[in-house]
Amino acid sequence: MSKIGVVTFPGSLDDGDAARAARISGAEVVRLWHADPDLHGVDAVVLPGGFSYGDYLRCGAIARFAPVMETIADAARGGMPVMGICNGFQILCEAHLLPGALTRNQHLHFRNRDQWLRMENSSTAWTNHFTEGQEILVPVKNGEGCYVADRRTLDELEANGQIVARYVRGNPNGSTRDIAAIRNEAGNVLGIMPHPEHAVEALTGPSLDGLGFFSSVLKHLADAKAAA
Amino acid sequence: MSQNHLDAMTVDTVKDAESTPEELQPYLELGLKDDEYQRIKQILGRRPTQSELAMYSIMWSEHCSYKSSKVHLRQFGEKAPPSDRMLAGMGENAGVIQINEKIAVTFKVESHNHPSFVEPYQGAATGVGGIVRDILAMGARPILVMDSLRFGAADHPDTQRVLPGVVAGVGGYGNCLGLPNVGGEVFFDECYQGNPLVNALSLGVLPVDGLQRKEADGPGNIVVLMGAKTGRDGIGGVSVLASATFDDESQQRRPSVQVGDPFTEKLLIESCLELYAAKLIVGVQDLGGAGLTCALTETAASAGTGMDIQLEKVHLREASMEPQEILASESQERMLFIVEPGKLDAVLGIAQLWGVIATPIGVVTDTGRVRITFHGETVVDVPPGSLADDGPVYARPLREPADLILLQADRAETLPRPHHDFQLKDTMLKLAASPNLCDRSWVTEQYDRYVLGNTVLAQPEDAGIVRLDEQSGLGVALSLDCNSRFARLDPYEGAKLALAEAYRNVAVTGAEPVAVTDCLNFGSPEDPSVMWQFAEAVRGIADGCQELGIPVTGGNVSFYNQTGAVAIHPTPVVGVLGVLENVAQRIPMGFSHTGDVLVLLGDTGLELSGSEWAWVAHQHLGGRPPKVDFAREQAIAGFMQRAAETGLVRSAHDLSDGGLAQALVESVLRKGLGATLTLPVDIEPFVSLFSESAGRVLISVPVGHRQAFESLLAEHELPATILGQVDDEGADLTVIGHGEAGRFTVSQAELRDAFSGTLPRMFGAGEPGAAVAAAPVVEAVAVVETVEVAETVVVEAEAPAALLAEGESAEQPGEVAQADDEARRTEG
Repeated sequence: MSKIGVVTFPGSLDDGDAARAARISGAEVVRLWHADPDLHGVDAVVLPGGFSYGDYLRCGAIARFAPVMETIADAARGGMPVMGICNGFQILCEAHLLPGALTRNQHLHFRNRDQWLRMENSSTAWTNHFTEGQEILVPVKNGEGCYVADRRTLDELEANGQIVARYVRGNPNGSTRDIAAIRNEAGNVLGIMPHPEHAVEALTGPSLDGLGFFSSVLKHLADAKAAA
Repeated sequence: MSQNHLDAMTVDTVKDAESTPEELQPYLELGLKDDEYQRIKQILGRRPTQSELAMYSIMWSEHCSYKSSKVHLRQFGEKAPPSDRMLAGMGENAGVIQINEKIAVTFKVESHNHPSFVEPYQGAATGVGGIVRDILAMGARPILVMDSLRFGAADHPDTQRVLPGVVAGVGGYGNCLGLPNVGGEVFFDECYQGNPLVNALSLGVLPVDGLQRKEADGPGNIVVLMGAKTGRDGIGGVSVLASATFDDESQQRRPSVQVGDPFTEKLLIESCLELYAAKLIVGVQDLGGAGLTCALTETAASAGTGMDIQLEKVHLREASMEPQEILASESQERMLFIVEPGKLDAVLGIAQLWGVIATPIGVVTDTGRVRITFHGETVVDVPPGSLADDGPVYARPLREPADLILLQADRAETLPRPHHDFQLKDTMLKLAASPNLCDRSWVTEQYDRYVLGNTVLAQPEDAGIVRLDEQSGLGVALSLDCNSRFARLDPYEGAKLALAEAYRNVAVTGAEPVAVTDCLNFGSPEDPSVMWQFAEAVRGIADGCQELGIPVTGGNVSFYNQTGAVAIHPTPVVGVLGVLENVAQRIPMGFSHTGDVLVLLGDTGLELSGSEWAWVAHQHLGGRPPKVDFAREQAIAGFMQRAAETGLVRSAHDLSDGGLAQALVESVLRKGLGATLTLPVDIEPFVSLFSESAGRVLISVPVGHRQAFESLLAEHELPATILGQVDDEGADLTVIGHGEAGRFTVSQAELRDAFSGTLPRMFGAGEPGAAVAAAPVVEAVAVVETVEVAETVVVEAEAPAALLAEGESAEQPGEVAQADDEARRTEG
């Protein structure tokens, strides 16, 4: 069984939800602690949502210096699948594993609503389950989810197919080019502002669409093992 | 601190108090009466020191001693029905209710009204922080919050200042703690203009054998203070004492509103839960109102022990703080623990793991005295019970308000009311758009409802439902309610109506209501009319609970909500807790299946006094509120529980403010399915639609179970009227009346435009690129003054990525806003 690690930083809040989503998808979940650089043999890592270090200084700016992040950054450069959700996305940007930055929502309010996304790229470790153009419904909830980057970076992201999901039927935070999720060039690192881990049970979520991210990475890992 | 600094402070010691018995003290400025001051001298056998005076003034204040309310609140205990579920009740930090053999929950609602007027963001934020620590102190993991908010007129300029700050504060603190906000209220009335109400509720889960005690037992045990450093925030009136010793006029008065740091509280929660799980502590108390003073004296008094405390060991934000300031400080995010000496290292180790400051500040003694020294000088030597338990108790005079008879005679039932169908349609839309009935998304979208992954129902549903156990599906339902206009017209009946509504909101989901918490918001207790309203409201809740057979487990009283001689409406906010064996069986409020039959449970009478229609159409408040029938409410609850178990009812929505019309609007818009209904022929169509009779529920029932459904109604002796059916997605709402009110049809677009536009229009569209409601400037000032960043963190200097960014989204603001608007419409 593939092992998915979920990191807990001081101030992580959706770590339990990410672990539940991975478990429901059929993964073995390993909880990782910010101060412990050991990844305990996991095959993939989720950086969960929350307010790591109280979002002091800048969202994700302090978490990127946590001992576990050094190991994760190395592993990510070596091809390990890493998904950063919300605060995790912010951490990935601060750690320069993904380009650009997430800034205060343009309307200045925290906003939580059920949000439609259009999947733009299914060639990543985390999105192979989806078809391109597919629309999915997952919760969005953030105060600083407005993605920004310089024009050249944005054009490169577009050209390389690195924009993985866009907001449709309304942009909840003013994000540039309606960007909801991006990947690195290799496709193993995904940053996503909305919360797939909150759309994994009919009882508690607006859909089951979030499961696709977790089953994608499990398939990716299984394929890699079969190929090896 | 340097010795010089200490000398400059001229600390008032017990020795000083003994040698200068006649020194004049500012007890009046601190809110103590002459006879109260004499009693303190009697207890101590000398004049109090400045620190002792500060402690008595806070502990004997209305807020801490409940001196005006105590004689009335006793009824909650005396009239309480026997309950084998209640593990802890009134007088504890929060009531504890057993759910099954293993699990208990603890819940309470508390006010933070005055601070939220002075400084809306921090006032509301620390209101959430405070109630969460109460829950934590019982040994529970907090798992949700709710908020009941009341503001002045929606279009008043000051509401523009207060509401956005309060909402951002409730969200800012709760979101950062990772607690889902699952419901509450927002209500506008001019009576709250200078006195907004911010009532916050939290609920936590604990193992039945994990209930924590506050007793400081075991002489020789260590007293440990954990959490944030102690600062000058929240010292309020005690600053009078500081000014007596400092002549320096430039000495800044720190704001008496506390400043919250939810990140520290999150770490504190995790630390506490580890301490509880490892059974490392003897006792625990949170630091809230009256700070260290309250925590030290209550823990010692409840155990009948004493304490020796070395005050200079408390970690301070400002080194120049005087002992009375340290004792009175209401700095947030602090807890007090009683720890056996052998376990101290383990306790400090857990604090270190989570990066929280923990400091031993003294020991438990068997002296029966709390003795506090400051750099070796004794500044306090008191019997703790005299502060915690023996405060003054007043049976204040009561008098029915002089205007009540006239007010009750001025009935809304005599006002002119529309009869034609087109008028009824206009009234429906006008009410749906009114500030008190319109869509609350502008507020609730600022709250995280998903975190922890157990939220089954949240606002705008009738009750919030949260799963406790993933395997069994066991869960709780909660609702917070009060119609203060009803309470103004008749505080006894109004309080009963608040209870009935909260009970019904929980019941319609299929949950079994089991316990009650209340937050009693009133004007000045020194005004006999207000005190009468208070006494009547307490009697109403106590009688209601007795009839319903569920106990009040705890709550909070907030007096002095008044400006000049004008008090707020009596506002007894009632929270009801329900239990669901399996949350998968919960019944939501929205119409969800075409062809389902619409049924109205209960009876509709001509009851328009105090209604939303009377206010919106005529700015009228008068008459008597609707009648309450608790037997009917119980019948509804019994019916709904059975219906949930058997799947006989698909949706259910309580009828309250705005009557049937508003329930229809909300049930249609929730999932976007239309409906067609025919109003009963024996009732005037306007009354059918807009009366606010209690004990009614609008349900939708799947076809094909007629017999089972009818026998269940009969079993519960519940009157029901078949109204019509649920139509297709996107279909209109069609209402067929009789006489002049023949028939009207209203499209979902019309409904949505009316219902959804009001708050964004008043408080800022909140869309990308759109103008945002002005953030109050005072807020920023207060935050900057006191925010502390964790000191140990070292971060490399680096240009923020954001500075390098190119803002592109300004390109098509119009398009974005429009698209966003569309999204809201399709969301339902």
